[in-house]
Amino acid sequence: MKKLVYLKDVVTLQLDKEKCIACGMCTKVCPHEVFEITNRKAEIVNRDQCMECGACAKNCASEALSVKTGVGCAAGIIKGVLKGTEPTCSCSGSSACC
Amino acid sequence: MKKISNLKFEHKQKENHQIIYYMNTQSILNPVNLMPLAARVPRVTSKLNWKDKLGAVKVRLAINRYGYMVNPGLYAIGNPSRTSDVFVTSNYKLTFDVVRKNLAGFNAWILVLDTKGINVWCAAGKGTFGTVELVKRINETSLKDIVSHQKLILPQLGAVGVAAHKVKEQTGFTVTYGPVRAQDIRPYVENGYKATPTMRRVEFPWFERLKLVPVEIVLSYKYLLAALMLLIGLSGFHAGGYSLSVLSEKWVSVFANVIVAFLTGTLLAPLLLPYLPFRSFSAKGLSVGIVVTAILFAFNLLGINYLENISWVLIFTSMSSFLSMNFTGASTYTSLSGVLKEMKIGIPIQAAGAIAGLVLFTVSRFFN
Repeated sequence: MKKLVYLKDVVTLQLDKEKCIACGMCTKVCPHEVFEITNRKAEIVNRDQCMECGACAKNCASEALSVKTGVGCAAGIIKGVLKGTEPTCSCSGSSACC
Repeated sequence: MKKISNLKFEHKQKENHQIIYYMNTQSILNPVNLMPLAARVPRVTSKLNWKDKLGAVKVRLAINRYGYMVNPGLYAIGNPSRTSDVFVTSNYKLTFDVVRKNLAGFNAWILVLDTKGINVWCAAGKGTFGTVELVKRINETSLKDIVSHQKLILPQLGAVGVAAHKVKEQTGFTVTYGPVRAQDIRPYVENGYKATPTMRRVEFPWFERLKLVPVEIVLSYKYLLAALMLLIGLSGFHAGGYSLSVLSEKWVSVFANVIVAFLTGTLLAPLLLPYLPFRSFSAKGLSVGIVVTAILFAFNLLGINYLENISWVLIFTSMSSFLSMNFTGASTYTSLSGVLKEMKIGIPIQAAGAIAGLVLFTVSRFFN
């Protein structure tokens, strides 16, 4: 299958290499292989693959990663605007997510 | 004795995921309270019965999607011992069923978090599958008295809500992120508890996309109804004014066009996703909309005159673009920043296209 890639250069993912201790947790939790560990440091190798889920930042014990997380869901954003809340997804319960 | 009486193991299960036996331990005098903790954990089978399967079909059709849940807590599958693995999951029954089905032949514990009936990934995004709930559930089930090890296996996507290092700090339990999909649990365990890159990767194959189409259609029916009512209503206009007899003559072709436009956005675009040009979903929807209108035009099915044809291209592509854009939520690779960006460009164009289309459509009725 052709690899699906979303928009170019839009994500808010930030890596502070100074703080990185190369524990490798980000490479384990990322569902899109955004990171690689090279020379004892994490590196963002597939930036446009990031979907801002926030798993990496959440599990980064040394707080080297940051990202503005949220749902990449147009219907959720519309709902949020109409109700004056943050974008909330209506979650389509894929069996892929378990 | 005191410790045991503090426990609330009330697995009153109205539903049907085949608990072989359970014990209510409300009363301190109940002899069950003298049984070892582990023996009081409800047992489930790995076999799914027809009710489980019917339930899965129903939630796919968005029927009772938010009420499909199991009670949170600890469950046993097979004959687990103090050294057996603990798998953590959500209380969305569809997820729980997939997990227990894939644990066939295992002796293991399943720790179910209260995610309000939402799957792991979405619940982790909302924070209900999260550090606080996991820590609470570990303590409430007295997990440390039931297993002798301190290791939990979580689905990888749970990492969105759980901070492994904080769980370790607060409970002593080490969180290990297993594979994304329950189907990979067995190969993961057989591989020495190591997930391969494939097990870690989230893809979006055509069958996954197809499974999400029914829900997408149900969630978008309001747009379909609005488009149908508007366009069928407008189709009553003609050179002499407005008449219901003209409407009753024209509505079938209008109805058909709107349905095709709707399915182009909700079914065709999701299925063809990787093969459509452009990265943004609204542009993908626009492109497939143009192709479908071109085909309809070639078969003389679009409109009856020049103006109506143009109006249909506008209405059709606005609809397919908008509906495809809504599929971003079902997809597994779009970011909030990206969707915001495409909406800022997409929505004004879609709105302008739809309005222009409706005006032209109305005008076209007077040239019949």
